[in-house]
Amino acid sequence: MLDLTPDEWIAIRLSLRIAIVATAVALPFGIAVGWLLARKDFWGKGLLDGVIHLPLVLPPVVTGYLLLISFGRRGAIGSFLYDHFGIVFSFRWTGAALACGIMGFPLLVRPIRLAIEAIDRRLEDAAATLGADRARVFLTVTLPLALPGLIAGFVLCFAKALGEFGATITFVSNIPGETQTISAAIYTFTQIPGGDAAAGRLVLVAIVISLVALVLSEWLARRAGMRFHGE
Amino acid sequence: MLAVDVEKRLGDFSIAARFETAAGVTALFGPSGAGKTTLVNMIAGLVTPDRGRITLANTVLFDSEKRINVPAHRRRIGYVFQEGRLFPHLKVAANLDYGRRMTGLAPDPAERQRIVDLLDIGQLGDRRPGKLSGGERQRVAIGRALLMRPRLLLLDEPLASLDAARKREILPYLERLRDEAAVPMVYVSHQAGELRRIATSVVRLDGGRVAAVGGKELLERADVDLM
Repeated sequence: MLDLTPDEWIAIRLSLRIAIVATAVALPFGIAVGWLLARKDFWGKGLLDGVIHLPLVLPPVVTGYLLLISFGRRGAIGSFLYDHFGIVFSFRWTGAALACGIMGFPLLVRPIRLAIEAIDRRLEDAAATLGADRARVFLTVTLPLALPGLIAGFVLCFAKALGEFGATITFVSNIPGETQTISAAIYTFTQIPGGDAAAGRLVLVAIVISLVALVLSEWLARRAGMRFHGE
Repeated sequence: MLAVDVEKRLGDFSIAARFETAAGVTALFGPSGAGKTTLVNMIAGLVTPDRGRITLANTVLFDSEKRINVPAHRRRIGYVFQEGRLFPHLKVAANLDYGRRMTGLAPDPAERQRIVDLLDIGQLGDRRPGKLSGGERQRVAIGRALLMRPRLLLLDEPLASLDAARKREILPYLERLRDEAAVPMVYVSHQAGELRRIATSVVRLDGGRVAAVGGKELLERADVDLM
């Protein structure tokens, strides 16, 4: 039915890899920041909240450009990472993952924060009286109770990462096999004569992946929610 | 046994209480707003007193002068809350074993069976708290606290959220607990009726101060339940 060319398959696999890596790496940071915003009052909290949400409201090209001048080979962070760890982001798929992770981060943090805010803290007190130190309270009570929020955040971030276009193409360009994701490939196909069929195929693939992710997350969240109601 | 001498300011309200308990069930008795729950939270380590000293047997749990404040998770004090506070994401069996796992105690199937039988909760193990009746939930909460082998058991209005029939269901279990288990208890309530059945000594609290200390005769005079 869908006769995908090898190049199209490469773009699909690359997109999935970028989205999965971006979301998986962002997740622990998302949990940490979500917890901080939900539970702690500290100087600069409003600023942190604002900075995290910035990619949501900034033009993606601006975010991409900021990444380019900071994480590029000559950028302050980029040159440091290259000199000390040999890590390169610019024009690599890892850079695409970085861009996607940052663009998806606000969508990841928000449901996690709300889920943690909704937890009955008296349950954490109960866990403490039963001998759990703070780390174990977090791992055995807070995190499991926030699971539906974690799932929601993960899926939103994954979906954003899968479809991210502006920041990615600005930061790491549009190199087939390295940084050309489904979105970038569709864009490229629409720019060349006779590319409509290829673009259409990739559009279908994008729709299918998004739908599967949505249905899967709905199912997971329902299962997680059910556990709390004892069914 | 337990010796408490604490002060705590909470806005307009202040607590300054001093009492000691012996083995058996000590009732913390008084009207709502007398500071009973705050006092029990200080014993458990969930609320820090401004000043004072709390000792259990020979160990100091809190001493403001010596700057000792043992955190709640190392006090080994079982706590049965008014609303049970069972972990909704864990089955009853996992709720019961939670304290033992967190305190690193080795499994003791005989002791577990004894407590499960005492509270009659053996058939509930596979259920989740959301599917329990109010009475079952409180029995599981009592079992969960007992299974961590507490040095002291705190019960904060454990029957207050239950209707009269459920109260009658739980009280015999609490009496058996008092008669069979070697663990001393502090039992918070404003209901003279239930305390008359369960208490062995009484500390009467009013306005954050200890108004009287004695035996059950303190409850007899309160011929109507305090509201």
